[in-house]
Amino acid sequence: MAKLTFKTDNCKGCGLCVEACPKHILRLAEEKINKKGHHPAELTDEAACVGCATCALMCPDCIIKVER
Amino acid sequence: MVVFDKPHALLDVPLHYCPGCTHGIIHRLVAEAIDELGIEGKTIGIAPVGCSVMAYDYFACDMIEAAHGRAPAVATGVKRADPEGHIVFTYQGDGDLASIGMAETVHAAARNENITVIFINNAIYGMTGGQMAPTSLPGQVTQTSPYGRDPKLCGYPIKVCEMLSELDGPEYLERVTVNNAKNVRTAKKAIKKAFQNQIDGKGFSLIEVLSSCPTNWGMTPSAALKWIDEKMIPYYPLGVYKDRSAEKEEAK
Amino acid sequence: MADKVLMKGNEAIAEAAIRAGCRHYFGYPITPQTEVAAYMAKVMPKIGGTFLQAESEIAAINMVYGVASCGLRVMTSSSSPGISLKGEGLSYLAGADLPALVVNVQRGGPGLGGIQPSQSDYFQATRGGGHGDYHMIVLAPSSVQEMAELTVKGFELADKYRMTSMILADGTMGQMMEPVSLDFDVAPMPEKPWATTGTKMAREHNIINSLYLKPDELEKGNFDRYEKYKIVEENEARYDEYLTDDADIIVAAFGIAARVSRNAVNEARSLGIKAGLIRPITLWPFPKAPFMKAAETAKAMISVELSMGQMIEDVRLATECRVPVTLCNRAGGMIPSPAQVLEAIKIAANGGEN
Repeated sequence: MAKLTFKTDNCKGCGLCVEACPKHILRLAEEKINKKGHHPAELTDEAACVGCATCALMCPDCIIKVER
Repeated sequence: MVVFDKPHALLDVPLHYCPGCTHGIIHRLVAEAIDELGIEGKTIGIAPVGCSVMAYDYFACDMIEAAHGRAPAVATGVKRADPEGHIVFTYQGDGDLASIGMAETVHAAARNENITVIFINNAIYGMTGGQMAPTSLPGQVTQTSPYGRDPKLCGYPIKVCEMLSELDGPEYLERVTVNNAKNVRTAKKAIKKAFQNQIDGKGFSLIEVLSSCPTNWGMTPSAALKWIDEKMIPYYPLGVYKDRSAEKEEAK
Repeated sequence: MADKVLMKGNEAIAEAAIRAGCRHYFGYPITPQTEVAAYMAKVMPKIGGTFLQAESEIAAINMVYGVASCGLRVMTSSSSPGISLKGEGLSYLAGADLPALVVNVQRGGPGLGGIQPSQSDYFQATRGGGHGDYHMIVLAPSSVQEMAELTVKGFELADKYRMTSMILADGTMGQMMEPVSLDFDVAPMPEKPWATTGTKMAREHNIINSLYLKPDELEKGNFDRYEKYKIVEENEARYDEYLTDDADIIVAAFGIAARVSRNAVNEARSLGIKAGLIRPITLWPFPKAPFMKAAETAKAMISVELSMGQMIEDVRLATECRVPVTLCNRAGGMIPSPAQVLEAIKIAANGGEN
């Protein structure tokens, strides 16, 4: 089981994590807007996450913390 | 157990870079290398003029702002000030390193100055609004090549790793990119090696990182990473261009 | 009636240069003047001219030196730190008596500074900019129309006197947009028999040079050049005067500071203070005449600058320190407000007391 923590307010909605995730379980939340005015990234299926950290590897803003 | 977190050498502040700009990834890789080698306390970084001018606000180590292109010269000063006590790196864009700073770059390499140079090649001038860079590709439309870069008018791009590899001076030259996870891991290894070489006193190491500029290329961040694959890598092949220590080993 | 076009100051310079017959531009991106390069990049290829983004500001000024040696109209543009880089090149242009146009759209300094406007390169511009004894003709536009007009004038004066002209604009002038009339009567370019154009085996060779190892030769060159500068000083000083005839308090300002000061002068007049404005248009040669005249009747003068006080020295020199001159200033990219200038006028009118 893996745990992801997102610094949601620092997310710029660039989408690189969404593109990179091998399980396709990340999305940009179109219905939300963070303090910077972006649609922040979030996990769609917590159970499916294996903590590979590919998302965190591609995040230019270091907003994802990965724990296993 | 924490598997991935922000490195200590990267300060906990928001970065000003555009969404999807690869500066953020590369800053983190440099900080990870500094953390893993335990050198934050003796590291001094030199920031350029360009989008990453404010790198001095992002790294936890001491930082110096250099004039446009002069970072390798400033780094030479910092290194000579205390060769054992200072680990110094420069972080430079393509305007800084390959345009105005070309002489400083070549001479630091030729002197085998024991420094680490991180070269961010995104084939454009970001900070000033998207002008042509010495590494802009033929046909590439920029603010100062509005009809596409015409080699007849302004020549061909400069391939820095290839060019510097002709010199006897430099220790290590590698070109990497960060447009997917596998490439990010390779880039991290290269950057760490470039710092290790300095620690070992082996001399000048330069890592050229093919990077994206979604804003001035006029693309989404994801499309920009693909453009690196489709357009940049064919012109700037990835790989090691010089590894003097490895060559010496082989010769034995 | 001339047609007017809405243009940005930087673009007006570029278009005016083209209309003045300039077909060679060399530059390098730096805020707040990059639009000059971008405009030239778009237009020069279409008219068979040269646009080249040089590898640095130093390379650019040397490319200018090359075209100038060949007798053609040529220009470069930059901003403060880039102009510092050009220092050696400017000295070489002067030492070789070459005509050229250099544009400085000033930003806050010193060092990398900021990207907001300043006037803190006044000393650099009016004292030459590089090493040695020399001057450039320095023109200070105060509107987008003047950005265009003074560019044309800059080329004409450079050719007339075989010296470099500098447009000393502040960032506001470069970035603002105003209607411009681009209908210029451009004086024809004079013959340049000294230029390196190829002997065609028909004449003695021409040499463009600033090296004179024999000191008496180098001295003569300097004295001759200053004889020329005397003629420029006698004939080419330009300025504008506003309500100075009966003024007790004279405000001296150029560029954006002059626009702000004009508002303050009007405000002061409505409060019964006899204020007036002298706006130098050439900073070198500095228009001493209106200041000498005003010094006979004015009680005090105020130099309004976007710097820590540079033109104020020339105001004091021009008036031979006959009247007190105070500084009203902002720095770092900040612009003085009409209220701030009005305050300074009130204090001066009150004999220097609040």
